Amino acid sequence: MRSQNTGAIENVIRELSEQDILEIFKRICMIRYFELNVKKAFDKGLIKMPIYLSVGQESVAAALSLVYPDAAIFGQHRCHDLYLAYGGSVEALIDELLHRPTGCAKGMGGSASIHSPAINMFGHDGLMGTQIPIAVGYAFAKNKRTLAVMGDASAEEDYVLGALGYAAHKKLPMAFVCMDNGLSILTKVAVRRNWKMTDIAAAFGIQAVEITDNPWLIVHHMRKFGGAMPIFMNIHVVRHLWHNGTGVDGPPEWDRFALIKEELQKVGMNEKITSIEEDARDSMDRAWETQLALGTI
Amino acid sequence: MNVAETIKQITREHLLKNNGLALGQCLTAVGWVGGTVPEMGDEDGLVELSMADVAGGGIAVGMALAGRRPIYIVRYQGFQWFNAAHIVNYAAKSKDMWGIPCPIFVRSIAMDGAIGPVAGGSHHSLFTRMPGMFVYAPMTPNEWRAGWEFFMAHDDPMYISEHRRSFPIDYEMENIVHSEADFTLFPISSTRLEAVKAVDMLAGEGITCNVVHLTWLKPFVATPDVNRALESSRHGGLVLDGDFENGAAKCIAFDLMQKTGKNIRVFGLEERAAGFAPQLDNLPPTAEKICRKVKEIMVDDTDSRFMFRLS
Repeated sequence: MRSQNTGAIENVIRELSEQDILEIFKRICMIRYFELNVKKAFDKGLIKMPIYLSVGQESVAAALSLVYPDAAIFGQHRCHDLYLAYGGSVEALIDELLHRPTGCAKGMGGSASIHSPAINMFGHDGLMGTQIPIAVGYAFAKNKRTLAVMGDASAEEDYVLGALGYAAHKKLPMAFVCMDNGLSILTKVAVRRNWKMTDIAAAFGIQAVEITDNPWLIVHHMRKFGGAMPIFMNIHVVRHLWHNGTGVDGPPEWDRFALIKEELQKVGMNEKITSIEEDARDSMDRAWETQLALGTI
Repeated sequence: MNVAETIKQITREHLLKNNGLALGQCLTAVGWVGGTVPEMGDEDGLVELSMADVAGGGIAVGMALAGRRPIYIVRYQGFQWFNAAHIVNYAAKSKDMWGIPCPIFVRSIAMDGAIGPVAGGSHHSLFTRMPGMFVYAPMTPNEWRAGWEFFMAHDDPMYISEHRRSFPIDYEMENIVHSEADFTLFPISSTRLEAVKAVDMLAGEGITCNVVHLTWLKPFVATPDVNRALESSRHGGLVLDGDFENGAAKCIAFDLMQKTGKNIRVFGLEERAAGFAPQLDNLPPTAEKICRKVKEIMVDDTDSRFMFRLS
């Protein structure tokens, strides 16, 4: 059952240091304000390509990047969040979205197929779920920790399941994360299947959890998994904007960003998070202003 | 050393000396894929995949991204309709999209005769469609080695259209180009063996044929012999293929026509599914069929010229 509390653990935030909490919050803010600037540019007609925004699901990439650093990254079409959380160049992503040869994929990647050799993030070819078997092959060949992120729709691709099984059989050093927004564009999970990804992963012998997008909870489980690999996390997220574009279909089921701020205010971090949020907003606004001032192609 | 032994030796060296990988389904069981796979194991880099065809192609691509230059072995070319997805959509595009090479060496093995609608025939045309793929069809030991050396000297994905009939071949096949000929055959893969037989049969009937063996299907390389042969060929040429005609064969024929102005036809698998029963099979052109086709074309060609003169 989807909810903002799926798998919640009371006071799980206490397992994290203040430094880690604030770092995760900073990354969330950076992604949120970057994406709001994309929305602004798109609405002004400055971006002439499909865009897949991460607004609403920032907490997952922010938490993963902290607790699972130095991983090879294989994301999907909605991956500005992963790119930014893991330290991809902000300017290069802006340029990519503005169709420039100075973009992170020289204009070839657009919003959906971005990459960054600097952070070991590989591009996605646009076919749902292909990143999973490719990530499995990479992890096998390198024997290096590898993060493979999918959506609840791509998880249904037969080759995703085959690849998961192979990763389990070979005990590869991988974290599989399903960003489960409950939708394939607008078709709900319940219409498409009667099984859960965590059951499938568990059947393969992979440690698996189904949780909400609470970042402290994500850190908790990643740490709990320890060295056991591969692992699988099905994380319920909320996509605030359209699958492609900036439209809104209604109020979000929940807004993790707001919930996090509320929680951090309660534990006395209001001043610090206000400052972090303002800095992140200013920094992203400035980055966009600077790049936009260079003109569009 | 025959083709199978050549492949086996090169694969062994790749795993032992280059930190390479070779992977596929059912490699280490019956026959070690016709004697082309060295008797090694997972620990040496010879990787048994699960039977998930589509995922297997993706896993091979991931290994290529990791720089291990995998040899991806697909036992029947017909299986490529599942295996191709990641190779043509990712490996072939990776350099264009991101500047990241994805060198994967796909060994795709054709076989003909009594194996039904899926496993039979060559399917290299499937791969020639996608920009970024190199497609090569060797039949002799030196040709196979040249393909491998090309792969190792470049960073592109390569599709090697092999044929089981090539495995015991331990000799090279030279082009036959006469100063004056009636016709030129451009055979691909196993049709090369039939073309050579057909040339002798046609010679017995007073028809002189050139044979120019084709190995590079994409990019198609028109060697000097191609031009020389067509210049001397009164009735143009015929591209022979073990794949369906509406693919690489027609593209090559088109290129040759554009280049030389000569009329070039194609002769490959019939446009229908193959059955298991011998009378329902769909096989590459045999020497007898090639002879028949050549004579039909020559008659047709002569009639057309005669009709043209009358009009």
